[in-house]
Amino acid sequence: MSNPLRDMDKPETIFCIGTNMTECHPVAATRIKRAVAKGAHLIVADPRRIPLVEYAELYLPIRVGSDVALLLAMAHVIEREGLVDEEFVAARTQDFAAFREHVRRFTPEWAESICQVPAADIARAARLYGGASRAAIYYTLGITEHICGVDNVQSLCNLALMTGNLGKEGAGINPMRGQNNIQGAGDCGAIPANFPGFQACDDPANAAKFAKLYGRPIQARKGITKVHALERATDGRIRAMLICGENTVVSDPDRHHCEKALNSLDHLVVIDVFPTETTALADVVLPATAWGETDGVYTNTERRVQRVRAAVPPQGEARPDWWIVSQIGRRLGLPGFEYEAARDVFDELCSVSPIYAGLDWDRIEDGAYQWPVPDRNHPGTPILHVGEFKNGRGRFNVISYRDPAEVVDAEYPVWLTTGRRLEAYHTRTMSGRAAGMDYLLNEETVEVHPDNVRAWGLSDGGFARVTSRRGSIVVRVEATPQSPRGTVFCSFSFGDVPVNVLTGGGYDPVTTTAELKVCPVRVEPCAAPVPTA
Amino acid sequence: MTETAPIPTKTQRASTLVLDGVEVPFQDGESLYQVAQRHRSEVPTLCYDPRLDAFGACRLCVVEVEGFRTPVASCTTRAAAGMKVRTRTDALEQHRKTLLELVASESRDSGDAHGKGTPGHVDPLRGYASQELATLTARYAVDGTRFAGAHSGRSHREDDNPFLLRDYDLCISCYRCVRVCAEREGDHAISVANRGFHTQITTEFGGKLLDSSCTFCGQCVQTCPTGALADRKAMRNAGQPGELTKTRTVCPYCGVGCSVDIVTRGERIVAVQPAMDGPANEGALCVKGQFAWDHVQHPERLKTPLVRDAAGRLVPASWDEALGRAAAGFAKALREHGDESIYAIASGRAPHESAYTIQKLIRAAAGTNFVDNCSRA
Ligand code: SF4
Ligand code: SF4
Ligand code: FES
Repeated sequence: MSNPLRDMDKPETIFCIGTNMTECHPVAATRIKRAVAKGAHLIVADPRRIPLVEYAELYLPIRVGSDVALLLAMAHVIEREGLVDEEFVAARTQDFAAFREHVRRFTPEWAESICQVPAADIARAARLYGGASRAAIYYTLGITEHICGVDNVQSLCNLALMTGNLGKEGAGINPMRGQNNIQGAGDCGAIPANFPGFQACDDPANAAKFAKLYGRPIQARKGITKVHALERATDGRIRAMLICGENTVVSDPDRHHCEKALNSLDHLVVIDVFPTETTALADVVLPATAWGETDGVYTNTERRVQRVRAAVPPQGEARPDWWIVSQIGRRLGLPGFEYEAARDVFDELCSVSPIYAGLDWDRIEDGAYQWPVPDRNHPGTPILHVGEFKNGRGRFNVISYRDPAEVVDAEYPVWLTTGRRLEAYHTRTMSGRAAGMDYLLNEETVEVHPDNVRAWGLSDGGFARVTSRRGSIVVRVEATPQSPRGTVFCSFSFGDVPVNVLTGGGYDPVTTTAELKVCPVRVEPCAAPVPTA
Repeated sequence: MTETAPIPTKTQRASTLVLDGVEVPFQDGESLYQVAQRHRSEVPTLCYDPRLDAFGACRLCVVEVEGFRTPVASCTTRAAAGMKVRTRTDALEQHRKTLLELVASESRDSGDAHGKGTPGHVDPLRGYASQELATLTARYAVDGTRFAGAHSGRSHREDDNPFLLRDYDLCISCYRCVRVCAEREGDHAISVANRGFHTQITTEFGGKLLDSSCTFCGQCVQTCPTGALADRKAMRNAGQPGELTKTRTVCPYCGVGCSVDIVTRGERIVAVQPAMDGPANEGALCVKGQFAWDHVQHPERLKTPLVRDAAGRLVPASWDEALGRAAAGFAKALREHGDESIYAIASGRAPHESAYTIQKLIRAAAGTNFVDNCSRA
């Protein structure tokens, strides 16, 4: 997030797109509800009538995968009606002229045909966002899990740049991170494009720096993403893999392909706290300490670096991840794995990452810092881009709308979109084992608009077979107006309803994030599944 | 409640008033209660929660202000320049004791083993603020007999939800639950029905919480000063011997990063309570952070390393053997298939130290950037 959570009640207009915040980030959503109670304008754009819509002044039920068209048309109206912050654009940005020319072609009427929302509503959204003195954007995986995920994010940046909504309180572009420490995994350099602290791998100076630190030459180019790694496992180029705390088989798109990839490996080591569908495929399974048993650090969605603490001893022989990995490193004869405690590891991270340079284990005791914290005297950076952007000027990107990788047709006439539910988390290895959660949610359903339930011969509470180009699942039907007509929804939390056998039709070419939010399917009535085992 | 109002900075022109004979500064808009609390004057409260709009219902926080005929509720009275305020006169203390006797008499015996004998005693596992009433009845030496017999609440023990015990016989009508749900959670799942002795806290339709707009965030439980709303999961561990200890940490679920306290007894986790001063959440949690903590000490945890035996089964092994096997497989791949033959996927759920060592392992062992994390698992 460019702005802190605390800022969430300060905007005049809040634009939530592709974020089911009340279910996925419930406590952040309470701040939005409070902002609305205090008079903020809330615009919600989402294919599903999510609970947040109840608080919205304007709801845009856009077709799945049509975000770029909506955002282009909003930019068009902002430009046409003189809502551009010319001063900000002149002082802080570049390449606006080309962008201005570009958006003049994309009217709300054009977008209406793609997004399936009235042009007048698109124009109103543009005025609410562009006319506000402080407007903030919040988004989640509904923006990124598309073949055009990067285009979607850059379209949001364009909107914020043209209206001067960056680098100030109550504004910004604010992705809400789905997992407790997904931000931290990136901070630590567990990504193919960056060393720790987001130092680019393809900069030879960085590669040289880490070569020196880690004691061997390191390629000065990006590695490959997980999606490509699984492909290379299938064709035998990758032979050995370490997977930590991820139930890849259930969570990743295209389950059959994923299982095949992991089965092709000569050597699979999995570190986890519970047995999962993925540990079942491993050659070596290493038991890790869980939350509540582990000292360490998380970074939250607003870049706040916070301590987590062990409250109870580990179960059985479980050990902290850093210990396990260091032991493997030492057995490979590698130097630099002589850590004695989590703090040694964290302090090393701080010493090699400029954004953490002002931090150490003791200084983050109270969670008072949001990175970057470049030196010991720095108070941290709650709001990014104040006064200047990291790379000088904010750049406009000329972006055009593209259809999703797969679109509905006669054979697969229904859009499937996927996401999370409040009461379950990911593949439920944790939340599914908490007593009482079943009271709120005990099985997966496919959510279908009541009109479609009737038209497709389904029944509420009965079963349906959902089929995509990759596979098919049987799942209970729930009739709900939360789904728009022609679009159905499933979460990915239940192993017995492996929605990921359906998804995975395409990937963003830049990030290889899978298009999990859009998948054409066919939905047909069927008999109840015969329970196995 | 421990939160204190900010001390006025030098640039703000601070006005002053006289508090128990001492001249003290205050900030525009502060209540008398906030001023008194900042100066460590122990004014008792029951309906006050610093996160909520002041409500003025319990009248325990009354103070005398010169020129006012009757004592005023300090939580709802704005500080003004030149006021002369007394917080601790005999008359006030007597008044407070009488109020507490009334309150204590409304509240029946909780049945909890913990702290028996004090009116308002409840097990501390009921919730974060559950000891507030019992603390005050002890401080004012109140016994619950004086007005015994007049109960205003009604128990909803038949609500079979596994998270919230609704024990309204202990309710004192401070409305903190209703207010936290409306003001902080924004859900309006519960409300107040009737008035006076017949007051009841109820759901929209008087039924179960599951059928209301309740999201089971637990905020009403944690602000309840009597334990009338209680953490049903934690209460399974009530009444057992041993001290309770709190450890500050961060919720393991979403990226909001709410601060929580893990409540332990010995080596068992018995509850999670929100951290009122958590920078990301300021006391709020959702159903996952509040109630989904018992995976940690779950019998299905992986407890020993496992390796695949000759027959292809995963069997328990020593750490030494398992780590040796893990390392040997990577060494073999590197030797026979080169640097680009190994790959690692770090976790977006484990702490930094996990992700950092994993990326270092790949970069130091293979010299590649063949590492990623699970964006969604
Ligand atoms: S649990 Fe949360 S949503 Fe439900 S009544 Fe209590 S405060 Fe309201
Ligand atoms: S309590 Fe809920 S909102 Fe807060 S971090 Fe945990 S999962 Fe997220
Ligand atoms: S605390 Fe002031 S009236 Fe209750």
